[in-house]
Amino acid sequence: MSALLLARIQFAFTIGFHFLFPAMTLGTALIILISETLYLIKKDEVYKKITNFLARLLGLIFVIGAATGITMEFSFGTNWSGYSRAVGDIFGPILAAEGVIAFFLESVFIGVLIFGRNKVSAKVYWVAALLVFIGGHLSAFWIVVANSWMQTPAGYAINEAGKIVLTSFTDTVFNPSTIIRFCHTVVASWMTCAIMVAGIAGYYVRQGLHGQTAKTMLKIGIILFALTPLLQLATGHIHAIEVINMQPEKAAALEGHFDTAKGVPLYLVGFVDEQKEKTYGIYAPKALSFLYNFDWNSEIKGLKDFPKENWPPVNLTFQAYHIMVGIGMLAIALGLLGAYLLWTKKIYEAKSYLLILPFLIPLPHIAHETGWIAAEVGRQPWIIYKLMKTANAASVVVTAGEIVFSLLMFFLIYLLLAIMFIMLFMKIVKNGPAV
Amino acid sequence: MENIQNYQILWFVLVLILFAGYALLDGFDLGIGALLPFIGKTKEEKDILINSIGPVWDGNEVWLITGGGALFAAFPHAYATAFSGFYLAMMLVLFALIFRAVSMEFRANDEERAFIWEKAFTVGSGLAALLFGVALGNVVYGVPLDNKMEFTGSFFTLLRPVPLLFGITGFAAVLLQGAAYAVMKTEGELQKRSFRAVSILLRVNLITAIAYFMTMAFTFPGLTSNWVFYVAILFTLLGLAGIFFSLKKENDSAPFWESSFSFIGLWLAVAAFHFPNLIKASNDQNLSITVFNSSTGLPTLKLMSVIAIIGMPVVIGYTIFVYRIFKGKTKVSDHY
Ligand code: HDD
Ligand code: HEM
Ligand code: HEM
Repeated sequence: MSALLLARIQFAFTIGFHFLFPAMTLGTALIILISETLYLIKKDEVYKKITNFLARLLGLIFVIGAATGITMEFSFGTNWSGYSRAVGDIFGPILAAEGVIAFFLESVFIGVLIFGRNKVSAKVYWVAALLVFIGGHLSAFWIVVANSWMQTPAGYAINEAGKIVLTSFTDTVFNPSTIIRFCHTVVASWMTCAIMVAGIAGYYVRQGLHGQTAKTMLKIGIILFALTPLLQLATGHIHAIEVINMQPEKAAALEGHFDTAKGVPLYLVGFVDEQKEKTYGIYAPKALSFLYNFDWNSEIKGLKDFPKENWPPVNLTFQAYHIMVGIGMLAIALGLLGAYLLWTKKIYEAKSYLLILPFLIPLPHIAHETGWIAAEVGRQPWIIYKLMKTANAASVVVTAGEIVFSLLMFFLIYLLLAIMFIMLFMKIVKNGPAV
Repeated sequence: MENIQNYQILWFVLVLILFAGYALLDGFDLGIGALLPFIGKTKEEKDILINSIGPVWDGNEVWLITGGGALFAAFPHAYATAFSGFYLAMMLVLFALIFRAVSMEFRANDEERAFIWEKAFTVGSGLAALLFGVALGNVVYGVPLDNKMEFTGSFFTLLRPVPLLFGITGFAAVLLQGAAYAVMKTEGELQKRSFRAVSILLRVNLITAIAYFMTMAFTFPGLTSNWVFYVAILFTLLGLAGIFFSLKKENDSAPFWESSFSFIGLWLAVAAFHFPNLIKASNDQNLSITVFNSSTGLPTLKLMSVIAIIGMPVVIGYTIFVYRIFKGKTKVSDHY
């Protein structure tokens, strides 16, 4: 295997792992902030118990996010030094800004959130919760800026020496895909935790544990569970339009659409035969044309209109995208069902609904991962869209043997982290909010 | 200040400050980690030691992340060469940092295997502390580079005597930071043991620091005519002497500041002659990566200056605020 391929596998593995944890941090910080705000207003001990419980979970989640995040920061230098040399002018300041503006805020105040309950007043504690929420979302913002710039680069120029230089930092930061990608990613993280909290609380309520605390937690969880998937569909739709405009090859790959035609069908599930350049599956006739242009017979460009060397791996992009959208649709249905049960006050007795809730916890994670795979694999062969190929980005001095070693170590260490995380997560859940 | 050279010099100083800040702050929690089994005997004592750094270690580590980001943004070639060239060593640093970060949390929640996580905490902290010094020693002493700024040595190139001496000196300084912090945050029997550790480490540091300065004076021509070098020596010796007198008076907060002061001396010595190099080429001085041939363009350096000048005072402000919340002696009950 080539060093390049190994480096890509290592990056995909380590970022995919890291991302599971920040995704949980953002939503947990949101629910902590909600619960702590309600505590300040209503002075009801139940909310304090919920915050304390979630803060304990956050401690565990955060530490693994931080530990695996350092890998990502290092990885640009260790594995992608060609990339780093080329884009230091633009990518460097974004990462540095993330450190100065976001990571410090989050890391410093999370200490107060986890260790400071008895050391500060309720108001200062609330401020700490707010700052952790803001810090976390700012980190997500900056990292999404970094990624969005790779997808839709802006605010740069190529100078006489052929180097990429900064012309406008504002344009770099607010490149055409930043805002929508940020909204879509952040809502996905809220949804992840809404389902996590609803799942945990659903388990408690079904088992008759933790009385009112569990019921309140379930209520908060279900309300967010009903809202976030709808928001996710809306932001996802806008995101899709952005991709169609900015990265048409990727958009065609997402849909497995090869031939430019009128009245194009929308595949719900399917399989792309990349040899024959055809897509098979269950489809809704003419629906893609309608979604693109609100016109059932409009024409849509297919992949064959673009040079073949610029096509991404089509089937992988297609499948990843369809898994994400499928889970999104399922979540909308289940979230609305939950809201209905809550509205009609049947939820605390709805045994079978409560039974399935905990099993939904992995679903948004899967959607999250596959969403990123669709976005990143769909961007190939470019590391910076239309500017730099991934093949030119890897470190030249790092050998395949060295990456095999590091990849193996990452695999073993992250496996250990995953096992420990699941075990300790379960243990904290078992101990529950009472202690 | 329109001249790009001024910004390049400014960023040499700022990157150095970020890394030195990291060494001082994460230094004490790495030191606590490495010393854990030697100062803490009972479970309760170990709890106190770990709780003393619990709320702050992650904020300290962000100094490293931001330092790395600043290096990337200001001198991408130095960042790219060092991180890809020292690949295996960097991976070791990374694994050490990962283990020591998670082991504190795991230890608190996983009682049955707490003893394993304690070991991971100690080994991870110690290894990271040692390797940082070796890495710094290498870029200062020089490594073989080609004309594309790529490292041409191997893993074993990194393990030469002078860089190893840097590693040991830094390691000793980190241990002293840790012991001095323990003295400040603990009481009773535990504090007595920490005092003893400071007193032993004071002697060790005297030896390593003298070896470090002597080696530098002999290895780097021209250094002995540079006044900054003498200021650096003065800082370190004054700091160590201060600890000596504080120990006599059993002062429990001064040693930490004095240890930090002596650590700054070690950094100042590097600053004294390393400039304008970032990574010295051992094979041919003309191939060295310097602040002038590796930096980003003027717009990026200006932008970074704005971010740093507005951002860092705010960061330092709220960091002090949070340290004050947790000031005073740590109790066992200051727990997760
Ligand atoms: C809980 C997770 C989750 C769920 C349920 C959805 N998404 Fe999503 N989606 C993401 C999580 C995500 C993501 C992981 O956050 C991505 C990867 C890159 C990005 O910007 O967001 C993403 C990317 C992404 C992209 C590709 C953007 C790119 O190339 O950068 C599109 C077009 C959509 N989404 C559209 C949708 C639609 C129409 C959904 C229907 C409900 C949907 N997403 C549900
Ligand atoms: C390749 C890209 C990435 C890099 C270089 C990176 C880097 C890091 C680093 C160094 C940390 C540790 C900070 C600390 O110690 O406090 C971290 C944590 C974090 N990262 Fe990432 N990360 C990447 C991808 C992402 C993505 C895609 C997101 C979210 C959209 C994200 C969000 C966060 C957040 C919120 C944290 C705070 C710690 C936590 O919540 O667990 N990161 N990341
Ligand atoms: C700002 C954040 C991110 C940056 C800067 C970034 C950058 C990169 C880089 C440098 C590569 C390697 C080149 C390549 O093989 O394409 C890559 C590939 C990849 N990234 Fe991202 N990424 C980010 C976020 C994410 C996230 C959050 C995920 C998933 C959870 C992800 C998933 C992947 C995958 C699966 C690949 C492999 C694609 C392939 O090899 O075909 N990325 N990305």
